[in-house]
Amino acid sequence: MTQSLSHLKESASQTAGPYVHIGLTPNFADIKGVYPADLGTAMVDEKTKGERITVTGRIFDGSGTPIRDALVEIWQADAAGLYNSPSETRGSADLHFTGWGRAPTDMETGYYRFETIKPGRVPFRDGRLMAPHVTFWIAARGINLALSTRMYFGDEEKANAEDPVLARIEHRNRVPSLIATREGSTFTFDIYLQGDKETVFFDI
Amino acid sequence: MTDRRPNRAPETGSFFQRDPLWHPPAFAPGYKSTVLRSPRKAPISLDNTISEITGPVFGHSMLGDLDDDMIHNFAKPGESAIGPRIIVYGRVLDERGKGVAGALVEVWQANAGGRYRHKRDGYLAALDPNFGGCGRTITDEDGNYAFRTIQPGAYPWPNGPNEWRPQHIHFSIFGHGFAQRLITQMYFEGDPLIWKCPIVRTIPDKAAIDGLIALLDMNATIPMDARAYKFDIVLRGRRSTMFENRLEGN
Repeated sequence: MTQSLSHLKESASQTAGPYVHIGLTPNFADIKGVYPADLGTAMVDEKTKGERITVTGRIFDGSGTPIRDALVEIWQADAAGLYNSPSETRGSADLHFTGWGRAPTDMETGYYRFETIKPGRVPFRDGRLMAPHVTFWIAARGINLALSTRMYFGDEEKANAEDPVLARIEHRNRVPSLIATREGSTFTFDIYLQGDKETVFFDI
Repeated sequence: MTDRRPNRAPETGSFFQRDPLWHPPAFAPGYKSTVLRSPRKAPISLDNTISEITGPVFGHSMLGDLDDDMIHNFAKPGESAIGPRIIVYGRVLDERGKGVAGALVEVWQANAGGRYRHKRDGYLAALDPNFGGCGRTITDEDGNYAFRTIQPGAYPWPNGPNEWRPQHIHFSIFGHGFAQRLITQMYFEGDPLIWKCPIVRTIPDKAAIDGLIALLDMNATIPMDARAYKFDIVLRGRRSTMFENRLEGN
């Protein structure tokens, strides 16, 4: 008999189902009075440092229909490139910025929307700087294991060109699927689950 | 976002790789909703960067008194939700067997008749005016959590012509890093619908399904009040940083 590694196995994922909003954004689902507000709706306050932006978009299924029952969470660095997390050991992040947002897609239009700030650059594992980016996590009915992807910024052409994660993508014609387009202070990031424009997802 | 677990140095190692053969595949046509919602191209594998290793923290101070009591958190004063009273408790662990302290556990479920309080749920079963269906708690220093609720009912859903979901509670877990994020469902020991359910059966490995079935625990049951079900949740483990290349600036 050899020794055993004794590792446990991660609990298997199951879909969030069509009623994910009851649990994660109950006020949005019209279940009032249980929690004072839905978590993750306010990422910034009046003292948050950095450029105020809106991040919005839709998630399209394989038929081209926007998904109207999804839940999106984002995670990003502050304007100085620091995460508001205990595992951030490089310095103290902006206390007026949570870095984390949660939003449902609109039940009619399918748009999600975050009011946030443009993040600073953070280092890749080898110390090279990554381009500014926002980590996305998408859960919905029909999605068995929540999907992870990243949004990069369309006005950061130079930084994007040297980003080590984007460089990892073999099929260069898929890179634009991760780059949000800027119009004023709004960045639009549409996500395609299938088809010619299928978004690059990451196995993180 | 306070309560930063003062007695523990924060961990900064990468999370163990997910086992793609353990989790349900994206495309699982027995569960029809996956057909148009499953990416078809291979995901790009990425050893965690600081963007995946870090994650937000939720303080116990954000919790309301009744957040972990679904029997009462939507009920009128003096009233309570209808249904079999149960306690669901357990530990949030990681794959190394360590308790995950400070994990945010959010749950949602149908009422005792199998009806969700949601405008898109049109099932015949009645709404319970005293049941909302959401609850949340945060694990203690050892990863323990508990909440009180009523046992949800099974319900039909339009996947096949006569398909019923087993009784279940949805769980969303926030561990210590964004890459540890997990959503799953808890099932109840002995429910014959478990093995017929197309959503359960998206999971290829029976052992992985067994890991989602909570056991009745008579020792934790409160006499004349509520039965107890024990449900442990395992999140991804993470590497020790002892021999890791240090991240820039560490």
